[in-house]
Amino acid sequence: MMPEKVLGKRINSPSELEALEQSIVAKRDPDKPCVVLCAGTGCRAAGAEEVVDAFREEIKQQGLGDKVEVKSTGCHGFCERGPLVVLRPKKIFYQQITKEDIPEIVSESLVNDNIVERLLYADPATGEKIVYEDDVPFYKKQTRILLGANGEIDPTEIDDYIAIGGYSTLAKALFQMSPEEIIEEVKQSGLRGRGGAGFPTYRKWESCRHARGAIKYVICNADEGDPGAYQDRSLLEGNPHSVLEGMIIGAYAIGSHEGYIYVRNEYPLAVRHIGIAIEQAIEYGLLGENILGSGFDFGVSINRGGGAFVCGESTALMASLEGKIGEPRAKYIHTVEKGLWDRPSNLNNVKTWASVPLIINKGAKWYSQMGTEGTKGTMIFSLVGKVNNTGLIEVPMGTTLREIIYDIGGGIPGGKKFKAVQTGGPSGGCIPEELLHLPVDFDELTKAGSMMGSGGMIVMDEDTCMVDIARYFLTFLEEESCGKCVPCREGIKRMGQILTGITQGKGKEGDIEILEDLAGVLRDGSLCTLGTTAANPILTTIRHFRDEYEAHIKEKRCPAAVCQELIQYSIIEEKCPGCGLCVKACPTQAITLVAKKQPVILDQSKCIKCGACYDVCKLGAVAKR
Amino acid sequence: MVTLTIDGREIGAREGETILEAANRIGIYIPTLCYHEAISPYGACRLCTVEVNQRGRVRLVASCLFPVEQGLEVKTDSESVRKLRKGLMELLLASCPDSERIQSLAREMGVAETRFALEENKCILCGLCVRVCQEIAEKSIISFVGRGTKRKVATPFFIPSEECIKCQACAYICPTGAIRFEEGKLVLPT
Ligand SMILES: Cc1cc2nc3c(=O)[nH]c(=O)nc-3n(C[C@H](O)[C@H](O)[C@H](O)COP(=O)(O)O)c2cc1C
Ligand code: SF4
Ligand code: FES
Repeated sequence: MMPEKVLGKRINSPSELEALEQSIVAKRDPDKPCVVLCAGTGCRAAGAEEVVDAFREEIKQQGLGDKVEVKSTGCHGFCERGPLVVLRPKKIFYQQITKEDIPEIVSESLVNDNIVERLLYADPATGEKIVYEDDVPFYKKQTRILLGANGEIDPTEIDDYIAIGGYSTLAKALFQMSPEEIIEEVKQSGLRGRGGAGFPTYRKWESCRHARGAIKYVICNADEGDPGAYQDRSLLEGNPHSVLEGMIIGAYAIGSHEGYIYVRNEYPLAVRHIGIAIEQAIEYGLLGENILGSGFDFGVSINRGGGAFVCGESTALMASLEGKIGEPRAKYIHTVEKGLWDRPSNLNNVKTWASVPLIINKGAKWYSQMGTEGTKGTMIFSLVGKVNNTGLIEVPMGTTLREIIYDIGGGIPGGKKFKAVQTGGPSGGCIPEELLHLPVDFDELTKAGSMMGSGGMIVMDEDTCMVDIARYFLTFLEEESCGKCVPCREGIKRMGQILTGITQGKGKEGDIEILEDLAGVLRDGSLCTLGTTAANPILTTIRHFRDEYEAHIKEKRCPAAVCQELIQYSIIEEKCPGCGLCVKACPTQAITLVAKKQPVILDQSKCIKCGACYDVCKLGAVAKR
Repeated sequence: MVTLTIDGREIGAREGETILEAANRIGIYIPTLCYHEAISPYGACRLCTVEVNQRGRVRLVASCLFPVEQGLEVKTDSESVRKLRKGLMELLLASCPDSERIQSLAREMGVAETRFALEENKCILCGLCVRVCQEIAEKSIISFVGRGTKRKVATPFFIPSEECIKCQACAYICPTGAIRFEEGKLVLPT
């Protein structure tokens, strides 16, 4: 009898782990057809769960029950096109599938060897239909070292992770490396924290290792409060063991036996998957006491955060873990010395932890070949906004903004012009077209007045008003500021009021200077980084789009025709046949019909600028300026 | 013991002491609003900000929280410090224009008027009352509720507390008279 069966499933040594890996791999035929379905939160919202069930049913019905496998995985990244399915081993890629498509997919592509043409992805640039996943431009230009496994494993099956070499790095770390050697490897790799600040990971680990105290903590920051960001969620949902493995290796290097994963409560699937992963890892003896028989103990608990943006800040997160109000405190004494319950604590982002097994497994040299001088490795961005292909992308640091937006993102839809890209989350900044050649790395984005943040990237086209955008982010920050310190609480409020005034045509000469003064007070006076960086959206838009501010303030004009109070609707007489559609649509009877085949008349004094006429006119006879 | 300089004066200080404590001890004035020597520092008003040179790295820090260290050079009244304090007082003056304490501090910083629309708050959310209730009265009757500009000092659900021993320490310590006792009852800041 196999010893693993006798002792439950506990693995007691690296060689037992290796044996288990081999036995799992041996049982699997890499050429066996497998339907891989993305069941990440994005695709679930588009109906993926239904599709998974329907596939299983249909495969049985068409008599392929034991010949085809069905795997439901975490997020593949191309959420916009979901639900997604990949037919392995060939990796045929179908997108936006529904339950109704399934009988055809099974009979055509599984029973037979044909392609269902209409479900293929068509390149918006060329119209060309693409058969294989790897040829889709969205994926082709990516380097998915962190996200790649999401498309290969069922995140609720630890065996899937072990089959791709999972936890073998942990065995290597525990049995072949000293804590110092691990820290040295992380140092050589150049890894910098992916939570936003880009702090060298090894320095934190080293300080925490050397900090005085018998009890130390390692913590995973999965608060991810930036609106629109879901990189961390996707990793936790799609490959939770990679995060766990990184944390265990880090804990061993630091000398910690207790860890926390602070994950926002709005991420039920991530919470579930990481919970299952922890249970399975404990069952296998990869977590808990005497891990893999090494004598090293480490346990992890999950803590569900309430979802405030500021709770992602390190000291606020620790206060929240302690059960206190999640508000920041001064970090003059670093958290690696005195953090959670005043004990040495090492906090890293989800992506940072997930990078660790890769670095220890493949080596610092491999990792540091990717990226720029100052920023190594890859970064996951959530690419959203006015861009053809939205979704999660992973690229080597140093990829230019242009490559991301045009080669991967497929450019701007509807033939519109690019205007700016906002990076770094709510306190990031807007980068104009002239700077699209910038390579993404921590220092370059900071130099441009923006930041990496945790990888938000919002593309904006010519129809975006930059003053309005700044106002939008400030409003978010005003609501999310904890309110503890004066500059942040009062300063953001005042900046918001001034920006709102400008967008309403109440801007005054000198407003820009007041905004700049306030930005200085926030930068110099705020207690935490939320406040010190809060003015970035304003400062970058003033820097790169000052003329737009001036048009609003001096001419009471919104060049992008977004700010309602500053827009004027008018009838283009040559184009108007007097059909009367707008007359019916106008809620205030501001438009009157004169006679058939004569242009209508718009009374500006009655117009409330709702835009109903503009939306309803099919002939483009209503002008918005 | 460590040695540091504050405004050019070299002084010895106990490890763990803050810059503010060390400065106060030798009679150097640093303005404060959310600090009281009897309770733990909080770092909310930022008025006590000073400029430090820490092994060549110059930055602005809150002196009520920043611990002294060997060789630290502190300037309590540099150009950038003055500018920041002015900015803070302009914001506070707009928020609580009727408070005498705020008015006098604003004058002290050379702020005659504010460029912002006036509000009518009394509470400046310095948290002195919350801390005195927690640390001196050991009652924690009041606490902060809400975030950002919605932050308030309150009892749970704004219901008058049975546990309040009416020691009135909160009313005594409040710099703006925002929290009061009227006819023996606690009146929360509005
Ligand atoms: C307002 C605010 C929100 C933050 N939110 C997050 C977050 O959601 N996730 C995260 O990893 N880091 C967040 N951070 C950064 C953390 O404070 C901290 O730097 C990071 O978790 C450290 O991990 P790293 O070294 O791996 O980057 C936030 C910081 C601030 C100021
Ligand atoms: S900067 Fe803002 S979020 Fe940070 S402590 Fe001050 S008020 Fe709170
Ligand atoms: S006295 Fe230091 S921040 Fe208020």
